[in-house]
Amino acid sequence: MDALTLHRIHFAFTITYHYLFPQLTMGLALLIFVMKLIALRTDDPQKRERYDEASRFWARIFAINFVLGVVTGIPMEFQFGTNWSEFSRRTGGVIGQPLAMEGVFSFFLESAFLGLLLFGEKRISRKLHTLAAFMVFLGSWISGFFIIVTDAWMQHPVAYQRLPNGVFEVTSFWGLLMNPWAWLQYAHNMSGAVITGAFVVAATGALYLLQRKHEDYGRLFLKVGVVAGIASCIAQIFPTGDLHGKYMARHQPAAVAGMEGLFHSTPGAPIVLMGQPDVEKQTIDNPLAVNKVLSFLIYGTTSAEVKGLDQFPQDQWPSALPLLFYSYHIMAGLGTYFAGLMVLAGFLLWRGRLYNARWLLWPILLSFPLPYIANTAGWMTAELGRQPWLVYGLMRTSEGYSKHVGPGTSLFTLLGFLGMYSVLSILWIVMVYTAIQKGPKAPVVDAGHDGHTLTTA
Amino acid sequence: MGTIWFWIVAAMLTLYVVLDGFDLGVGIVYLLVARTEQDRRKAMHAIGPVWDGNEVWLIAGGGTLFFAFPLLYASSFSGFYLPLTIVLWLLIVRGMSIELRAHTHDSVFMTLFDATFALSSLILAIFFGAALANVIRGVPLGADNYFFLPLWTNWRTGPNPGILDWYTVLGGLLAAVALAMHGLLYLALKTNGALNTKSLAWAKKALPLVAILTLASVPATVIARPDSLIHYQQHGAAWLAPAMVVVSLVAIAISLARGWEWRAFLGSCTYLASMLVGAAAGLYPVVLPSVGTAGASITIDRALAGPHAVRVGLIWWTFGILLALVYTVTVYWLFRGKVPEHTEGYGH
Repeated sequence: MDALTLHRIHFAFTITYHYLFPQLTMGLALLIFVMKLIALRTDDPQKRERYDEASRFWARIFAINFVLGVVTGIPMEFQFGTNWSEFSRRTGGVIGQPLAMEGVFSFFLESAFLGLLLFGEKRISRKLHTLAAFMVFLGSWISGFFIIVTDAWMQHPVAYQRLPNGVFEVTSFWGLLMNPWAWLQYAHNMSGAVITGAFVVAATGALYLLQRKHEDYGRLFLKVGVVAGIASCIAQIFPTGDLHGKYMARHQPAAVAGMEGLFHSTPGAPIVLMGQPDVEKQTIDNPLAVNKVLSFLIYGTTSAEVKGLDQFPQDQWPSALPLLFYSYHIMAGLGTYFAGLMVLAGFLLWRGRLYNARWLLWPILLSFPLPYIANTAGWMTAELGRQPWLVYGLMRTSEGYSKHVGPGTSLFTLLGFLGMYSVLSILWIVMVYTAIQKGPKAPVVDAGHDGHTLTTA
Repeated sequence: MGTIWFWIVAAMLTLYVVLDGFDLGVGIVYLLVARTEQDRRKAMHAIGPVWDGNEVWLIAGGGTLFFAFPLLYASSFSGFYLPLTIVLWLLIVRGMSIELRAHTHDSVFMTLFDATFALSSLILAIFFGAALANVIRGVPLGADNYFFLPLWTNWRTGPNPGILDWYTVLGGLLAAVALAMHGLLYLALKTNGALNTKSLAWAKKALPLVAILTLASVPATVIARPDSLIHYQQHGAAWLAPAMVVVSLVAIAISLARGWEWRAFLGSCTYLASMLVGAAAGLYPVVLPSVGTAGASITIDRALAGPHAVRVGLIWWTFGILLALVYTVTVYWLFRGKVPEHTEGYGH
């Protein structure tokens, strides 16, 4: 393999693996804060203790994932320099800004308050402890924002000037932060993270009810997970997915054509629900299509013409076209399934029948890996759609890598990361599974007068 | 403006070494002084709430370096490709060891994670020392401002050096011993009982070694990089740094003799900071010296990002770092004092 391909796989692999953790911690941080808030505001001591214990339990799971996110995240910041030095040299004056801001504004906040959340409950008041949960949530969401600003500039460069030597300089700080692409992508991405958090919490609840253990917490987790799941799954499709898609169709029409597998410009373009793109023959094999829907989704009318790939020179087509097509379809298909599952579960929850609906608890349990796949596929759609550009329309991916780092060296470290992350995966699964099997502690409520203790096992 | 950012990055990396230095140091001496399970828990508890916050100074410092000096970031990170990747692997192993140890109750796994924690801490300290020595010695920059260093060549300095040569190995050793002492003094400060006594005893043994290696590093630097004294001759104020190094070493010696734990630890903080400021002063205004003739040294002016970025950056950086300092101080304040005699495991 040539150096470019290896550097690309190096970055793709390490970032894909890394994002398994932040997508859960960002979603979970919100849910932990909500649980702390419910505990803080209730007058019922039993409910308070249960929500407090639930937040402690999820804080433990959070901590494991947070550490994995940190240790796999540091390589990302280094890799811009190690593997993509020419990209860093030329664009560091722009994207260095949000990356540095992430470190300064988010990581200190997160690490300090996570220490308080995990170790400080006995040292600070309940309100302060809830505040610590809020700050951890805030820190992780700020972190996500700055990363998205960085990526959004690569997708849709704004507020820059290019010097004669090819170096980019930022011309407006606010212009960079207010990039419309960044805000649309951020909204879509964060609701995706909440989906992961909600599914993991709900699946754990379903597991407890199916196992008939920690059933109090099983019901609590299901309720919290399903409510958060409905909100985030709907927001993921409308408005965030819809708006992001329309904005993308305006600014990256070639990427959208690739995602939809639209080789030829068509008025009243159909949407292909399933199929296998054949790039050489420029067709979709075995298409399962619905007429006119694509035109409607993008332009709001069934007759509008959607630009196909034939409008663009072939050297500007997304370079991994079939993979782009599949990533997008997996993301969109799973997103639709999530909304259906959660709305159904929400309906049963409202009717008071969810906790006994074992036929539905099974799919809720088994679906927990799917948001990880959907989020990964979504990111692959964004990044493969951007190809062959590193900075859209301005700098090609083939111009950005470290020319002085040979393919052998890149393969060496790629294999190292593969090995290291295989071990991490095993440890991660064992740790999280053990923590979930152990479950939250049975609640011990001091009723005050008679010292009566209530335990539910 | 470039000078301001030079010292901002230097200050962040210095703070990183002073803060993460003590938890790396605890790792280095961990198997030596914490022999019982109770003592190991205490040692872990002493760094538990703060270690990952300390590591953030490296990430934030690295990010600030990227932002303020893109050329330096691009050139040095790709040139030091292999050692940096190894540092990343070590940081992964170390972070996981600390976290996993807290989650297991099986003595076999605890022993394993104790060993990986100690070993990764030691190698990291050596690599950080060697990295700084590499920058001071200089690298074979090409006309395109890039270079690529192998891990070793012939162990000599000169136009064709490797990451490891006699000079950078000396730097690595000095870092390992200095951080070990730093960790011992932190442990002494944060614990009671046998752990405290042992840490103080070992710190007394480590101090002369630190002093000797520090002394040796002066002529070594002049040999490895003959013009390193020029900047000192130009800026008289720079001599303050080596003076503070001597003062702080003496202060540690006196404090150890009198049993002043706090002052000994502060002395060690001052020692590390002065060493790093001394090194930065010796480099300024160069940020990456060239050893050959193919390419010129990378200076602040050549590496600095665009004017708008660094001007606006100064505003948000000041604001953000003040917040960061408030969080850092708050956490240290809340977890002040000695680790209680009977601690639960790190964490929960």
